[in-house]
Amino acid sequence: MSLSMVIIVVGMTAVTYIPRMLPFIMFKEKELPVFWQGILRNVPHATLGALIFPGILTFHENSWFGIAGAAAAFLIAFMGVNIIFTVLGSIGVLTILSML
Amino acid sequence: MASLVAKYGEFKEGLYAGIGIAIGYIPAALTYGLLAKSAELSLTETLSLSIFVYAGAAQYMALNLIVIGTGIFEIVLTTFILNIRHFLMSAALNEKAENEAVWKKAAYAFGITDETFSVAAMRRSSINAAYMAGLIIISYSSWGISSGLGYIVGNVLPQVVQESMGVALYAMFIGLLVPSLKTHTKAVILAATAALLNCIFIYSHTFSSGWAIIMSTLLAAVSIEAVDQMRHKGKL
Repeated sequence: MSLSMVIIVVGMTAVTYIPRMLPFIMFKEKELPVFWQGILRNVPHATLGALIFPGILTFHENSWFGIAGAAAAFLIAFMGVNIIFTVLGSIGVLTILSML
Repeated sequence: MASLVAKYGEFKEGLYAGIGIAIGYIPAALTYGLLAKSAELSLTETLSLSIFVYAGAAQYMALNLIVIGTGIFEIVLTTFILNIRHFLMSAALNEKAENEAVWKKAAYAFGITDETFSVAAMRRSSINAAYMAGLIIISYSSWGISSGLGYIVGNVLPQVVQESMGVALYAMFIGLLVPSLKTHTKAVILAATAALLNCIFIYSHTFSSGWAIIMSTLLAAVSIEAVDQMRHKGKL
């Protein structure tokens, strides 16, 4: 491995790991104000929304492919099955659709 | 001994919860391995990024920048900007982390990605090192092994399956969200607001993708919390 590649790997590792780790050592005693605790409790649902859109529309060149996959995932998940079936079911539906 | 059994149970739950991520990482990491080869990286370099950095979007981005001959400092800076969103995710996870030694939290923090965060954050009970170890080991192994496979043998999956598997992580995110949507109106509003804001930020090119996620998440979380607390105090 070239020296520049070593520096890239080390640098990328540091700037990726530090933001992942800092909150766990910064906020040890959970002394955050109530309002901030409320915000952090909102973060997971908000993040999921942002992770799904607009990515689901652009992961495939044809947006309808993503929309069909999302619809399948939503319907399967709504039945209350284990999440693995939601994942495998959506892949299955899209595989069948693209072979039609 | 009882605590060891309990830890093993948590570890297994983590492994099980990570199966969806492991499946979803396969097509993404195969593509990464393939792209790394065409970018003329060695196998060691390709695997080093997956093993040490372990951040999909940043690894793709680095390949693009290496190919066009971008300087080291810019590659590292771009990685930082792209991955600083994990600060917000770790801060949120820390709120539901059990009281354990700091070194344990610092260890599992290494494995926090968009996907492992989402699964851990939506878990009903609190999180601990044993659960996180299971969740991360299965996800991390899938990412590393599939990166190597993509480099060595290329696309092992048929084209149709490879394309369909691209939906896996989105299906998982939807699967994580739907149970809360059924019961909590607040969850619906949070997800929809952040999704809309993220679309606006991405399509208007206001922010790069890493910042767009941070800004849309924070704006939605803060504004909805503010409205919620005002309602509780009877001001609305």
